[in-house]
Amino acid sequence: MLDIQNLSIRFTRYTFGLKKKEVCIVRSLDLSVSTGQVMAVIGQSGAGKSLLAHALLGILPRNARIEGRVFFKGQPLTPERQSAIRGREIALIPQSVTYLNPLLRVGVQVARAARLSGINQKDVPATVSRAFARYLLQKKVAAWFPFQLSGGMARRVLTATATVGMADLILADEPTSGLDPITAREALGHLRELANTGKAVLLITHDIETALQVADMVTVFCAGTTVEVARADDFKGLGHLRHPYTRALWAALPTNSFIGTMKPIERTSDTGGCPFRLCCNDQDAVCGQSVPELKQAGEGWVRCHHA
Amino acid sequence: MLEARNLAYRYGKQHSWLFNDLDLRITPGEIVGLSGPSGRGKSTLAKLLAGYLPPGRGSVMVDGRPLPESGHCPVQLLFQHPELAVNPRWKAGDILAEAGPPDAALLRDLGIEPSWLARYPHELSGGELQRICLVRALAPRTRYLLCDEMTSMLDALTQASIWRTVLDIARSRELGLLVISHDQALLGKLCHRTVCYFQSDHRSSACFPAAKPSFVRKAFPVRRDSPAARTDTWAPPPPPA
Amino acid sequence: MMTNFLVLDLRTRTMMVIFGCLLLFSGIFLGAWLYGEQGQTTNLPLRKLPPGWDRPFGTDWLGRDMFARTLKGLRISLEIGLAAATCSASIALVFGLAAATMGRLVDVVVTWLCDVGMATPHLVLLILISFACGGGAKGVIIAVAASHWPALTRVIRAEVMQLRTSDYIKLSRRLGRSSAWIARHHLLPHVAPQFLVGLLLLFPHAILHAAGLTFLGFGMSPHTPEIGTLLAESMRYLSTGMWWLAVAPGLTLVLSVMAFDVLGNNVRALLDPKTLRE
Repeated sequence: MLDIQNLSIRFTRYTFGLKKKEVCIVRSLDLSVSTGQVMAVIGQSGAGKSLLAHALLGILPRNARIEGRVFFKGQPLTPERQSAIRGREIALIPQSVTYLNPLLRVGVQVARAARLSGINQKDVPATVSRAFARYLLQKKVAAWFPFQLSGGMARRVLTATATVGMADLILADEPTSGLDPITAREALGHLRELANTGKAVLLITHDIETALQVADMVTVFCAGTTVEVARADDFKGLGHLRHPYTRALWAALPTNSFIGTMKPIERTSDTGGCPFRLCCNDQDAVCGQSVPELKQAGEGWVRCHHA
Repeated sequence: MLEARNLAYRYGKQHSWLFNDLDLRITPGEIVGLSGPSGRGKSTLAKLLAGYLPPGRGSVMVDGRPLPESGHCPVQLLFQHPELAVNPRWKAGDILAEAGPPDAALLRDLGIEPSWLARYPHELSGGELQRICLVRALAPRTRYLLCDEMTSMLDALTQASIWRTVLDIARSRELGLLVISHDQALLGKLCHRTVCYFQSDHRSSACFPAAKPSFVRKAFPVRRDSPAARTDTWAPPPPPA
Repeated sequence: MMTNFLVLDLRTRTMMVIFGCLLLFSGIFLGAWLYGEQGQTTNLPLRKLPPGWDRPFGTDWLGRDMFARTLKGLRISLEIGLAAATCSASIALVFGLAAATMGRLVDVVVTWLCDVGMATPHLVLLILISFACGGGAKGVIIAVAASHWPALTRVIRAEVMQLRTSDYIKLSRRLGRSSAWIARHHLLPHVAPQFLVGLLLLFPHAILHAAGLTFLGFGMSPHTPEIGTLLAESMRYLSTGMWWLAVAPGLTLVLSVMAFDVLGNNVRALLDPKTLRE
């Protein structure tokens, strides 16, 4: 469905006057999602996870520059194609209700999303009420304004808005932030359900435990780079995880040993070596020389000289 | 000792009391966890304890005296969203300087790179910004730190390394900590004791005391010389008329 | 040339636009000063000339050079605009700050005044005030200043109120900072750009309304070559085919008003930290 190869995102920033500096936030990012799959993307905050979603939709700020190859349904994803299919074939479930228009009734916004996704004008009301029924939203909710929604209901409305069309790829950006555990589980259940109906779901989160509840595969980001792709089952124990960063992340969970003595990973370090080496316990001379290639390991992929 | 006596709060006269007759005590060097469902006043309690909101009833005392109106408050609050707790027009260096010159050792312990100080808040990641806020809150005169879901937006590794440093500092400076989180595992790792409260629904607003046994984990041995027996509970408010 | 301009990065383009606007305004002042009295002198042999190379805007029925008159008119318009916009923005700043910080009663009064100001038809208010003040430059300035503050007042009031309830201001207080320190370091740097941009965006209104008032005969005296006067005079000659009398001053008025709008928006882009580094 979606295949990203060696994506990099750079920003040009003004420091003083007209002086500019280029900052590389995402580099050599690889990711693929197939139909019927929930692919979780986890990593540090600031590792470029949300930028990935914005890059796929083509809504990065103007000072960003993208390189690399992105294929959607086998065809290269060009800016023209992006603006044609965003909202139709690729849909975003945003983080919070602030992404809804506060002055419009919920039903109107879902209907508009349906219309924009290319559904026939006369089929819109039926499609909207199906979407409402599917997410257990009562009919009267359609007449509410976004501020009247509770946290869980807001999640369902956002999900309904994103999935009312025929989108085949769903991007969910931090779908559980600010939700209590029960509502969070429900929101994740909806994502699983979407994948089961043949859509591809990209679940972007900072929380491993959230990701593991529904994901089939997990892509681990570190310093804007894909360091490991692993099956969700591999996270059951330390033994199956291949990259030292993934292992450290797993070990740092409060349910595990909760050790986090790592130095923060400087995301702008452009020194050529493995981006993770300064924080790695197993680093040696090879790590400083080149960025390791992503290589296949079992059913997953890993980017480490020593894996 | 940071003490809440018969604390109650409601947003405006027409609203019902969010909580009622609440007692809480935190001694220096003690780490107390607070959990409970969202939207039931955990964050509001933190704001009352730090002097952001005036109590509806009852009082907040530090060492038997009410919170100071002006001057550096000995109780500092850390928010879940650090980007709202900083002036978006200031660079990180200026943000730090608001609480006085930052301690170089503290900056090093929290892994704050000098290059961050020249960046605007929106150019820093959540974890980086939360560290900045932490340094600001840990000014020399701070004695109690309230952490309201401080690391719930951060990845596990950043969360663990931030807490590691905070616990070290809390121990060496005898800070009292209140940790608010919905993550029971996290509270279990961090706290000497956890206060938990539960409201069945907003109409009957019944509170059930559910204090958990105190426990100290081996991973973070923290000295504890406060009395063993604790009576902090959430007493039920009067039944509705 | 055009492609080159598009290739330029955003900051350079913003700077160039701002610089260009400022150049345009100083050009107007300089031009008006260089032409001196030339626009006033009648030159009957050269009357009713259409625009040409030596006289880009043509001449009027008394042979006066329309380019010189337009420049002079624009200069007067800009001066009146500057004075009126500054007065208006200052009123807005004082009222906005007062409403946000001096308690409920003041807030209610200011908000009510704002509503009244915004609900009254602008032109009626302008004509009334200008007429009551005896017309002329003074009347126009007072009228424009007195009728344009409500919008900016609301913006400033809302900004300050929102700031006062923001977490970082409350936190500043808990860090022991005094109200004066917070006003100086948090509020002022936040409100100042709003004020500046608001001032710049008030300009076009002020200029247009000043011209409009004069056009209707409630503003400057007919002897002052204000743009409104020029346009009013041209009305009588439009039917005789002297189109340039209206088109040239009208277009320059529209251009300079647009220039102010562009200037305001570009300055805003430069002052906002979110767009600052793009």
